[in-house]
Amino acid sequence: MLRLWFHSQLQLGLAQALVAALAALAVVVLARRRGIHLEVETLIAMSRGLVQIVAVGSILVILLRAPRWTSGFLLAGMIVAAGATSARRAKGMPGAFRVSAWAIAFGAGSIIALMTSAGVIDTAITSLVPVGSMLIANAMNTNGLALNRFRSEVLAHAGEIETALALGADARHSVSPYVQAAFEASLIPAIDSMRSLGIVWIPGLMAGMLLSGARPVYAAIYQFVVLAMILAASGLTSLVSTMMIRGRVFSDAEQLLLQPGR
Amino acid sequence: MSAIQDANSIVLRTEHLGRIVRDKVLIQDASFELRKGEVLAITGPSGSGKTSLLRLLNRLDEPTSGTVLVEGKDYRGIEPRELRRKLGLVTQRPYLLPGTVTDNLSFGPAQRGETLAAAAIQELLAQVGLKDYAGRDVANLSGGEAQRVSVARTLANSPLVLLLDEPTSALDEAAKLEVESAIQKVVLGQRLTCVVVTHDVAQAERLAGRALVLESGRIVRCGSVEEVLRA
Repeated sequence: MLRLWFHSQLQLGLAQALVAALAALAVVVLARRRGIHLEVETLIAMSRGLVQIVAVGSILVILLRAPRWTSGFLLAGMIVAAGATSARRAKGMPGAFRVSAWAIAFGAGSIIALMTSAGVIDTAITSLVPVGSMLIANAMNTNGLALNRFRSEVLAHAGEIETALALGADARHSVSPYVQAAFEASLIPAIDSMRSLGIVWIPGLMAGMLLSGARPVYAAIYQFVVLAMILAASGLTSLVSTMMIRGRVFSDAEQLLLQPGR
Repeated sequence: MSAIQDANSIVLRTEHLGRIVRDKVLIQDASFELRKGEVLAITGPSGSGKTSLLRLLNRLDEPTSGTVLVEGKDYRGIEPRELRRKLGLVTQRPYLLPGTVTDNLSFGPAQRGETLAAAAIQELLAQVGLKDYAGRDVANLSGGEAQRVSVARTLANSPLVLLLDEPTSALDEAAKLEVESAIQKVVLGQRLTCVVVTHDVAQAERLAGRALVLESGRIVRCGSVEEVLRA
């Protein structure tokens, strides 16, 4: 229907964005009726998301013609931004940004490097940057989930953790059940995406490859490759971030710093 | 002569101990000492800093001023795990680990790579009046039983000083009497050095020889139970 009214691609895109944003806002209104207030956060997130993606889209036109080595800087910048975004999910946890940035750099970075050197990801900037950004974005989400869950678990079980400390357990041992719970919970989206691939959803990359004339079987296999890389990058990121953060919630004298109401 | 010296030896001494968090005084200038075999009750109104003081003794929180000497040694020089084994804390709620009573009693010694013998487990359980409970799942224990397991679990670490943080406050009257009787048997029977936090003056009188009263984080009275609590 929108295509009948808008003939310019830019106008059509803006109209489509408006309709999609209205659908998201309708959910926010429904949530508000149930006393859940997401208005400000959703509006800021949507406005930021739109401005950022349009800005990056515009810059990409220039960057995609740049030499290959520039992709390293682009991906590094994305890792820093991803670290800052997911660290916000770890309110009150000391060193959350540093942990997030290192975990994503190690998790996503090492898989990108490994897959690029193995020839799974093409080194052309038009391939490396979009595929790399997918791995970084998913690693960011997993890291945010891991930190958020770990924080909740520690706050909910501060008594159990301090009891273990009081009985002579070392700090790392006292939080190990909660590290495990955070790690497992953070990987649920990546594992479910892999499990439901092709049945519940056909990812955008595969649809794009089909539209651009790739053979359907190759497009399907490559989509599996991307999801397997996402799972590997996300798992590694979560493993590193939960290992790093567990020590940060304690002082040098093994005192639990993250406490309810503090 | 040496037995008298031993009985008079100071096991724990606090020197101007304090903790201030974001301008809020939790404990200020707390100085007192505890001799071997002595039971000290810490009492005071809600929010007076009783639990905060106990947490400082166990070094679950860091003092912002002063220190604690354990057998004459500044506790900052003692490795935290060793310090917490020496100053065994029983919390207000038992927080038992999932598993059996034996799993819980074995937890502390296992942290040092030691195994608690079945006979030692039986002895500890007998002390708290839970003789045949070794194999029981802790999920099926009553509140009073769980707290007694918690006391036995701390005793399994052979502490130098037992720190009890309102051990009966979360229990009903019947369970409270069970737990208090077990504590009395263990502490008085073995002449264990003990600090017990309680808001119950009668309980303080039954358990302790000395008492300390806190108000707004400050020690306002300290001395024998008779002097302090009946003043």
